[in-house]
This record gives sequence, C-alpha cells and structure tokens, in this order.
Amino acid sequence: MSATNGGYKVIGTRPIRHDGVDKVTGRAIYGADTRLAGLLYGQVLRSPHAHARIKSIDTSKAVALPGVKAVLTGTDLPDAGDQMVDLGEGPARLKYLRDNVLATDKALYSGHPVAAVAATSAHIAEEALDLIEVEYEVLEAVLDVREAMQEGAPQLHDDMTTQEFGEDTGRKSNLATHFEHRLGDADKAFAEADVVVEREFQTATVHQGYIEPHNATASWNADGQLTVWTSTQGSFTARAQVGAVLDMPISRIKVVPQEIGGGFGGKIPVYLEPVAALLSKASGQPVKMIMTRPAVFESTGPTPGSYVKIKMGADKSGKIVAADAYIAFESGAYPGGLVGAAAMCVFSCYDIPDGRIDCYDVVVNKPRSFAYRAPGSTQVAFATEHVVDLLAAELGMEPLEIRLKNTATTGTRRIDGVVYPKMGCKEVLEAIRDSEHYQSPVPAGPNGGRGISVGYWFNVGLKSSCTASVNSDGTVSLVEGSTDIGGTRTSVAMQFAETLGLRAEDVKPQVADTDSIGHTDVTGGSRVTYATGWAAYKAALDVRDQLCERAAQLWEVEAGQVEFDDGVFRSGDNEMAFKELAGRLEETGGPVIGRATVDPDSGVGGSFAANIADVEVDPETGKVDILRFTVVQDAGRAIHPAYVEGQMQGGSVQGIGWALNEEYFYSGDGHLDNSSFLDYRIPTSLDLPMIETIIVEVPNPGHPYGVRGVGEANIAPPPAAIAAAIEDAVGVRPQELPMKPDRIVAALAGSS
Amino acid sequence: MQKLTAGQQQVEVEGATVREVVAALDARYPGFKERVLDGDRIKTEIAVAVDGEVVAAGLRAKVGPQSEVHFLPAISGGAG
Repeated sequence: MSATNGGYKVIGTRPIRHDGVDKVTGRAIYGADTRLAGLLYGQVLRSPHAHARIKSIDTSKAVALPGVKAVLTGTDLPDAGDQMVDLGEGPARLKYLRDNVLATDKALYSGHPVAAVAATSAHIAEEALDLIEVEYEVLEAVLDVREAMQEGAPQLHDDMTTQEFGEDTGRKSNLATHFEHRLGDADKAFAEADVVVEREFQTATVHQGYIEPHNATASWNADGQLTVWTSTQGSFTARAQVGAVLDMPISRIKVVPQEIGGGFGGKIPVYLEPVAALLSKASGQPVKMIMTRPAVFESTGPTPGSYVKIKMGADKSGKIVAADAYIAFESGAYPGGLVGAAAMCVFSCYDIPDGRIDCYDVVVNKPRSFAYRAPGSTQVAFATEHVVDLLAAELGMEPLEIRLKNTATTGTRRIDGVVYPKMGCKEVLEAIRDSEHYQSPVPAGPNGGRGISVGYWFNVGLKSSCTASVNSDGTVSLVEGSTDIGGTRTSVAMQFAETLGLRAEDVKPQVADTDSIGHTDVTGGSRVTYATGWAAYKAALDVRDQLCERAAQLWEVEAGQVEFDDGVFRSGDNEMAFKELAGRLEETGGPVIGRATVDPDSGVGGSFAANIADVEVDPETGKVDILRFTVVQDAGRAIHPAYVEGQMQGGSVQGIGWALNEEYFYSGDGHLDNSSFLDYRIPTSLDLPMIETIIVEVPNPGHPYGVRGVGEANIAPPPAAIAAAIEDAVGVRPQELPMKPDRIVAALAGSS
Repeated sequence: MQKLTAGQQQVEVEGATVREVVAALDARYPGFKERVLDGDRIKTEIAVAVDGEVVAAGLRAKVGPQSEVHFLPAISGGAG
C-alpha cells in the first residue's frame, strides 16, 4: 500500500479540481440551467403577515388566467397524518415539514408559502399570484426568544406542549423542548471557586447567504414516476423529504442533484421540490421554480437568534472549575432547532470537571431555523470566549495562557458526557502562540487592538457509498452520491488515487443521482472528505483485491501470492503496473468494479479552530476594520491543502459577517426589512484583508488517512476574537451580535 | 431523566446490549423504558451513545463490561 510506503504521493498535494474547467467557463449545469420540453414556470404566494390564521383562499381568478396550468394550496398536499419521521437529519414532525412547504391553517412567518401557481411563463405565474385572494385573521407576532417564552405570549401552535427528554409535560407553550446536561456538582464547585464571572449575550438571526437561490424542476410522468432536478446538499435526503411530504414511496422518486452554488447547511431542507412536483402532477408538464432573493431570506432557514447566559468559575491558579450555561435558541416557526448542537459546543474547548448546560428550543414568528455551518457553535463560542477572557483578566492571566491551561484534550469529558478521543485543541492553541502573527506587535495607535478565540465543531459520520469502474486505459471512473460544495470530488478522488498508487487526474469523479449510487447522506457536518473519502478508500481496496486475482490468473499463481505496492502488482519475478493490468481485463474475466459503503459509528474526529484578529475601531462612527486575521484549524490530515485553506477562509469570512454586519432586521409587526444583499450586508473581498491560514494536523485515529472534516469549526471563533480585539482597542466589548457601528458608539458613550 | 434516578447522574447496571441495559434500568427505575422507548425502538428524540459514540444500532448495540452508555437528546440539524 502506498499509504504505508514512506509517505503519501497524492494526499497533501494540490491538483487542479476535476470540475474546475466547467466551473470557470460557465459550462457547469446548475438548477437554473435545467431545460425540458414543455417546461412550465412556478411561483409561490407568500404570507405578508408574520402570524395569521388562514380563513380562506380563493384561487378561482388565478385558475382562469390564460396561461395558468395549475394552482395549489396547502390542502392539496396529501395528509399522511401526524407522525415523526427521520429524514437523515434527525427526527422531524411530518405536519411541521408539510406546513412549512405550504401552510394550511396558519401562516407563521412573513414569507410563509400559502399557494403556488404554474404557468407558461414566469410572468404569467407572477400575475396569477396577485389574483389569489387570501383572507387572513392577523394575529400578534412574537419575534424574540425570551418574549416567546413568557406567560401570555402569542402561541404559534395551538397544540404544542413542552417536551422534556422523551416526556411530554403537557404544558402548552412556545417552548418546544427543554433539556439539561449535568456533570458533577456545579453548585459546590462554584461555591469553592476563587473567581466567578457571569454575563448575558444575544445573537441575531443570520442567513447562510449562499449566492445561488433555491431552485427545483420536477417532472411527474404519466406512470407516476417523479424526477426532481434541484440544488441540494443531499439528494437522498431530498428524496426522503419529498416522499414524506407527498406521501409516496421513494422508489417512485429520482432526485438529480445539480451543481450547487453554496449551501452551508441551508440546502438540506426542501422547499420548492414538493410544490414543483405537485404542480407538475396537476398540469401534466414539467415545472421549474426558482426563488427570488427576498424569498430566500424570508422563507428559508437561517441560523437561530439566541439568548445565552454563561457563568464560569476558576481557582487562583487559573484552573476553570465550574461552568453553567443557559442557552435559549429561536427555532423559528417550527421546533427542532439547533440548541442540542450548541450544548455540545458551549464548553467544548475546555476541560471542566463540574458543570450544567440548560437548553431551550423556542418557536417564534420567523422562518424555521436550519443548519448554518457548525450550527449553534458560533452563538455559544461568542459567549463562552468572552467569559473566559474575563476570568483571565480577573486572575491577571493572558487570554492564551488561560486557554492553554484549561484546554480540552484526549480523555476530557465534556459536560454533556462525551469523552474526547485524540483531539487537537491544544495543538491549535500552540500554533496560535507560535505564529508570526501572534508574536508580531499589536496594531499601533490608540484605536487598534488584538483578540484571540477558539471554537469547535464535532463533525458527523453518517452513510456514504462509492462505486469505481476500472477503465482499460488505466483510469478509474469514480461515482459518488455526495454533492460537491467544497471541492470534495477531488478530495475524495485523491484518497482513492492514493490507495491505488494512481494520480489524482487518473480518477474521474462524478456525482450521481439517487437511482445511480447507493444511499449517501447529506453534504454537511463536515462529513464528505471523511466518510465519502473513506468509502472511496474501501472501494479502492476492493479494486485492488479484484486486480490481485486478475494478475494471479495471468501469472498462473494463487491470488494470495500477488502483492500490491505503490501502484504495482508483484508475484515472484512478475510485476505489472496498474495501468498495464487494467488493459488486460478482457482476457481475465472482463470489467472490474469496486464498490463500498460506510456508516461509521465511531471515529468521527471533531475539529478545533482558533483566530487572531487585529482591528482598528473608529470611535466617531463605530466602524470596525479588520487589519489582519489568522485562522488556525486542525484538519487531521489535509487531503487537498488548498481546499482546507479555502474552507478556513470562507468560514472565517462568514464569522466576521456575523460579528460585524449580518442580522435579520424585522419591523415591529414581523416583516423582514432587509431581504436583499444590498440591505443584508455580507463581507466582500473589498472589506477584508487576506485571511491567513495555518493548518494543524493531528491525525484522526478513526479514519484510514487521519481525516477530520474542516468545513465548520472555522466559523465559530471569529465573533469572539473580534469582540476581544474591539475591547483591546477601545475598552468596550459588546455582548450582542452583530457588533455594528451604532452598538459600538452606544457602548463607547456608555463607558465615558 | 435524573428525576427517575433520584438525581443520580451515573448508575451501574449489567447488560451486553443496549436493550439489556434499558431492561436493567427499568427494573431498577420503573418507568425508564417508557421514557426512552417507543415500542421496540429508541424514541426518535433520544440518541444512545456507547463509550462516547452515538450508535445507529440502537437497542441492538453491543455494550462491553466497562462501557459507558449515555442517553442524549437526538440532535437534529447538526449537519451544517
């Protein structure tokens, strides 16, 4: 095996991505490029109210408009009863999933879909939307997590009661779920601590901001077979959701994943797919739907706004002895938010013997929250890192010193019970310490400052499949089910190539539809390079074993007498390169296809990331400029270092957006006022310096090549690092995101 | 959950599978099974971790003599 033969030849190199030419020349096929004969265009009517009972919907005038071929409302969705369904992303209540696609009894956020039209042109469909008459009983909306939990708050779901870890409390409330983690005796530990600090924090609702809007094209054939072309992070998960919403077996649905123009967690749920399918069924023609940018902001899942309270205690030596978190997340209009993940991350960077984590998942009149890159981790890292800095200040320690003293490491038991295997938190912090950036002078001038922080994401495993066909010219066609968001075609193909001693260019990866590859879970949880890469590794071993048998035939020896090393098969004096043997398959039994599936229960390696941020604050305007920014992250083993760096830079920029700019801005009645990129400001290359990257490699013992997913942990630390830098610069540290200019100015006015 | 165990965070029981562990816990803390099982399956809102790793096999998952079994809230939306 080349992997054990004196180091890697492919892993760690930077080949050109297989889909690069298509992407840069505009030839890659995205959802918006889908063209079919007889294509109709669908549009969605959305609620203008944040909270309203739907009393009636009259579609007769829209139906009568020439060019309109089908009109739908929520009552046209099959009622498959109310049940819990697991769609590969955790349990979900079917009624909520269905009602989020098309509302039936209530509109629960401004932008909630209430009807849909298919017509011969997008303009006619849009015109038809104006002819649909919806009678609403407008209700009071609640938009804030703490207000929603109060007695007497407007109740979103008449029948919702608080669930407490498998127990229905019977209490009607917007509080969907409450649970707690405990480790040791936090009260006793706090009582014995020498220093205790407690602070409250709030973070805004933030959107993933992918450039490509949601889209779906559906064709419902006369034989009942449905094909959906869509931009999705998981074709199999999309198929399962469409099947659940439409109450149809998955065997009748094929999902064809198109290229994806960004997802960051937001393209796991389906929105348009079931609607396009039913419009196609009703019209007898294929239907294409593309969201407008306002619809993307108003109607698709942002990350939860949050209220977090953190209390931590330390002894005089700087050892953190106790921690307590109260985490309340807005799950949006339907429960099932991300507070559970936040609980796994809140104290994840530290070794703390006693603690408590108290979690609340709360519905509010905003779009249903969904995953956004390390979902839940950024909110709590902003809070915890602030309190850790305050402990350090009280104890006269440097921020890095207290982090290194308390770093989580192999064997650390988190408060939620998990015990860490080999992990790279300490190594990441040491890389910060040893970096040129950290050792360089802090920005000069009265308003310059520096901050550091660290964050975590646990990563997931889940299921992946690969098949590999050996071509007679010595190349391999590799088929996988993971939609490629971050260059994973190449990072997966590189692991296959490494295993068989091939060049990355000799492996031709492609992403297949749900009829053409085994089940593969979502591109999310930083899992593709880890799990699909593992499947590719196993498929390569399968190819190797079959080719050993073929070589044995040619040499008239037993298969066990053939060895494979570094791309060459050998037995005694015989030897044959992979390419030569591939050319002789016809005479040894025909084609060779390797295949593998994985479902790793264990071995998923979490990843830590840390930042150094240098800022300059204009005290007159409150504007914060990032002068220099470094991100360090543990990649386990960087398969394609350029893609690892790209993930680190991209996550950092999104975290900087959370820190300084990004928020959903609602009017008092719950209407979203900034549903365009003009008003919802994400950082651009003009706003930021080059993000500097330092890759740390603490190989994951749970993966054949030591991979840790790197897509997510990098978004968690930036807001805290920037907050610390702001404090270092001007002496105030906001406890609410975003740290926009008016908040800085107000904080400065309050401190003077 | 600790309401059932009178506040105890950790308890020791015998069992070679999660199914046997749940049965042993239910024998000691009546109501435990009802709390975590839906029929013959772990409830969808609950995850079981054996030695720190959430197990897909649920009740069939093997448990070693010194294993730690955790009952956790199932995380939805964690695949960002």
